Order: sequence, then C-alpha cells, then structure tokens
Amino acid sequence: MTVAHLLEADHISKYYGNIVALNDISVHVDTGEVTCILGDNGAGKSSFIKILSGVHQADEGRLLVEGEEVHFTSPRDARAAGIATVYQDLAMVPLMSIWRNFFLGAEPRKGFGPLQWFDAGKAKGIVRRELSEMGIDIRDPDQAVGTLSGGERQSVAIARAVYFGARVLILDEPTSALGVKQAGVVLKYILQARERGVAVIFITHNPHHAYPVGDRFVILNRGQSLGTFEKSQIDRQELVRLMAGGKELAELEHELEAIKVEV
Amino acid sequence: MAETAASKAPPDERLVSVGPLARLLTRPDIGAFLGAVAVFFAFGYFARSVNWIGDPGIAAGWTDQAAQYGIVAVPVALLMIGGEFDLSAGVMIGSSGLLLGYLTTFQHMNVWPAMLLVLFFGLVIGLINGLAVIKTKLPSFIVTLATFFVLQGVNAAGTLKLTGQTAIQNIDTASGFNSARKIFAGDLTHYDFKVKVLWWIGITLVGVWLLAKTRFGNWIYGSGGDANAARNVGVPVARTKVALFVMTSCTAALMGIIEALELRSMQSGEGIGLEFIFIICAVVGGCLLTGGFGSVIGTFFGAAMLGMVQLGIVDAQWDSNWTFTFQGGILFAAVLLNTWIRSRAQRAR
Repeated sequence: MTVAHLLEADHISKYYGNIVALNDISVHVDTGEVTCILGDNGAGKSSFIKILSGVHQADEGRLLVEGEEVHFTSPRDARAAGIATVYQDLAMVPLMSIWRNFFLGAEPRKGFGPLQWFDAGKAKGIVRRELSEMGIDIRDPDQAVGTLSGGERQSVAIARAVYFGARVLILDEPTSALGVKQAGVVLKYILQARERGVAVIFITHNPHHAYPVGDRFVILNRGQSLGTFEKSQIDRQELVRLMAGGKELAELEHELEAIKVEV
Repeated sequence: MAETAASKAPPDERLVSVGPLARLLTRPDIGAFLGAVAVFFAFGYFARSVNWIGDPGIAAGWTDQAAQYGIVAVPVALLMIGGEFDLSAGVMIGSSGLLLGYLTTFQHMNVWPAMLLVLFFGLVIGLINGLAVIKTKLPSFIVTLATFFVLQGVNAAGTLKLTGQTAIQNIDTASGFNSARKIFAGDLTHYDFKVKVLWWIGITLVGVWLLAKTRFGNWIYGSGGDANAARNVGVPVARTKVALFVMTSCTAALMGIIEALELRSMQSGEGIGLEFIFIICAVVGGCLLTGGFGSVIGTFFGAAMLGMVQLGIVDAQWDSNWTFTFQGGILFAAVLLNTWIRSRAQRAR
C-alpha cells in the first residue's frame, strides 16, 4: 500500500503534562469514504479532532495530506487545506436567517470599491440549490436558524462546509444530541456528502450510528487505538462489543444481574 | 452555474401561501410603524384645534424634533443589533458642539475645518469606547456610562473655565458660518421644514442599506447574535464592533455640529438625557436589547413617534411634563408589541 491517502494521521501522540491523551493513533480517510472514530467519553476523540483541525499540534507523529506532511498551526491552515470541521455548537447564529448564516464570514459581493454590496439574491439561490442537492428540505431560506430542528441545523452546517470546498469533513458528534429520527436525517446527509466525493471523518460514541454509514472504524479507548477495521472485517455486534469495552460490559451485565436477583 | 434557475424554482408546496398581511406582521419594524400612525391620528384628534394633520407648519415642527432624535438613533440601533450600547451618545452632542464653538470663537477657525476636527474628535471617542469594550471585555453599558460621566464633567468645567458662563456663544460670528448653516441647519424654503430632516432621512437610508445589503450588515447581525459563532466562521467581530462605536460617536458629533450651527450657541449641558431617547427609538423600532435583531426603518418610526409626542403634547395644550410619562408608556407598549411580533415571526414561518 504505497498509494497516498487524502488525509492520514500517522502514529499521532499527544500529551498534556504527564497525561497521555493520545498514544500512537493512526487513521486515514480517502475521497468518497467515511471513517468513523468511535470512543466513549475521555477516549481522546476531542483531542484527536483538535489535532486534525489545527487547533492543537501533535507531540509525536505526522499529519499527511495527499502524502505530503503538513503542519497546521491554526484552524485556518486546516481550512485552507480543505479540511472543514463541523463542531457541536455549529457556529450558527440562531436569530439570523438560513441564507445569512450560510454565508456569514464569506459573503458573495457585487459592485466596486466601497460600493460593494452583499448579493442577497445570489446567496439565496445558492443556499436553495446547495441544500436541495444535498436532499435537504428547507421551506424558506429566510427562516431563522433558531426555528430549525437540531437535525436540520446540523444538515445546513454540513451543506455549508461542503459548499465552501471541504475535501475532508470532520463531524464532531453530529448525532449525539438528536432523537432517533433526526439522527437518521443527519446520517443520510453524511452519505450524501460521501456521494459527492467528500472524505468524511465521523466522530461518535454510538456504534449504531456509525455502522450503517462507515467504511472504516477506528476505536479509541483511553487514548489508545483498539484497532482499525474495514467494514468487511467487522460486524455490528462486534463493533458494539469492542466499543463498550468487551470485558467491562460483560462484567457490568453480571453486576446488573446480581442487582436484579437481590431485588 | 444554475443559481438563477434555482432561485426561480417554484415555491415549496408546504409553504402555505401566507397572505401579504400575515407576512407583513412578522417584520420587526411593523410595530413602530403602526405605533407612529396611531400616535399621529391620536394627536390629530387631541390637537385638532391647531389642525395637526393638515398644517405643514405643524409637521415641520415635529419632524424637526424627530430628526433631533432620529439621526443618532440610527447608529445606536446598528450598535444595539451588534450587541452593544453607547450611553455616551447624548453627551457627545454637547461635547462636539462645544468643541466647534471653542474652535470657531476662541481659536477663530473657519467653521469648515473646525467641523472636520470635531468629526475627528468623534472618531477618537468612538475608538476609545470600542477598544475599551473589546480589550477589557467589560459590558459596553458600563464602559460608555463612564465615558458619559467623564465627558459631562469636561463639558461643564471646561465651558465654565473658558467663558465664565455655562454656554459658548456667538458661534455665528465665525467665518464660514453661513455656508455651513445652510447645509447643516438651514430651513428648506417650503413650510419651514428643516434641512436636518433630510439628514435624518438620508442617514436612515444609509443605515438600512448597510444592514440589509452589505457584508458589514451581515457581520453586525452575526456579532450581536452570537459573537463566538461569528468569530468561528471568520467574521472580524472586534473590528465590526469598534466600527459601530466610531459610527455612533461620529454621528453624535455631526448632531453636535448641526445644533451649534442652528442655535448659534451651545449650552454645557446639551445632549444629556438624549442617550436614553436614542435607545428608546431603537427598542421601539424592534431592536433586541441582547443584540442580533432589529431594524433601522423601525428606529426611524420610533424617532417619528417620539417627535410627535414631544410636539403633540404642546399642541394639545397639555402640561408638557407629561412627555416623559408618554415616552415611558410608549417604550413599554412597544416592547410588548415587538416581543409578540417576534414570537410570531419565529413561529409563523
């Protein structure tokens, strides 16, 4: 395997003082693929995203984009390399309309010199087209983002990242705060983004969300990788078992049984 | 690109076509507009002895008063939408007028270059307010309250020391006074309407354009709505806010120039108390105290309403001390109405 991956994290380690946050983690993703990073709270998922998106730098290991080593010193560097991160807080302003939010910070303009204005007609058109291409069904681009459901908001954020040229899309727990149906909607958009040739890194603690959309699964536990599995190598049950920490879950079941008997 | 085709796509079938009236009732400025119309016709009845509705001279009176409030209320509204307050906007009118008076009568400057210096003074005060808010991260309510009191002291003590009185007078003796007065504080030939009213309308139009049609306008909404989110997507929040403070101070300086040229003298206490009137105009106009939402057109009608109340109470031959009570009542009623409209706007889409 000498083919360069679109984004590759190679033996990454990160320490905070004497705490080992990540130890020797390797992950890769390619165009049109979804790599899922699974882990419970404290597994190191957030630290890992922060390194991929340029917020933090790794203490050991390399980041490679198309085989070339890169050093991100800020989120801006990562964005310039086509790596967009959609955080849980979404970077959206609830009182503003969808189209104003979509272009916030990157408004298309018309006119010359000081007499440049925000091309609202064009902006609304693009928003409507982009969202409908993603299969996202909004009623009215003038609607305030605050009136959208959590899933719709997540979807608009994903569409925005894709529109602004993301080659790699990092999604930080996009489904964790959502109900079953809403989470399903977001999973659909993850697949839509993949179909459009975007490489997706999907961070979650829910194996039931990861399994249907993932092509590859990396399981983190206490900063260690429990392994990388192609979809063909692992079934859903095994993923759930690994994710819950196998033995620990069996022990927990045992304890619960004991409690039930006592009751 | 298919955006033109996409933008002309047929409307979603789930969008039950809301009637134009229902749609109108979700605008943030509709409350102020309806309020202004109501106040106009109310005084049409109570002040019918002076032909309130039909007499252009009466309209010239209240539009003059409304312009007095409305000019500075525009940047104050933008600043509020951007999530900040400026309580020094009132006293800045006095400071600027006094400075113009000092430069023209004590330093014998021509009015025109003196005006430039006064506007520069506005720029400096705006920068101080803005940078202090950004650097200290203190609430702008506190920072500009401090500026307000500092300037109030400077105005009173400075004027007394210079003139031995509480006002700077004889500004009309300065060279360039007549040409400047024509543009800033003259009468339009018909019906005694003031030029000031045109400034009010012009500045309102600029404010509307800025907010609705420019990138800066989008940044104002973003900075006020959620500064963190805006920063994350690349909006220069600090620069946006400082620019808004500068706009507010410079507009207040312009108002000071207008008043000094109109009155030919400047009292050291001039402008104090107006800062709250500006905020009332903005809030009546639909601006949210927490930022991120509001309207310049609404603020225009808010100023019109307060101008009408000020003059209407006199024309109805009521005790003018009731003006404040009316202003308070209008503020309260408008906030209730606007809150109701906003909850509709967020539901009814």
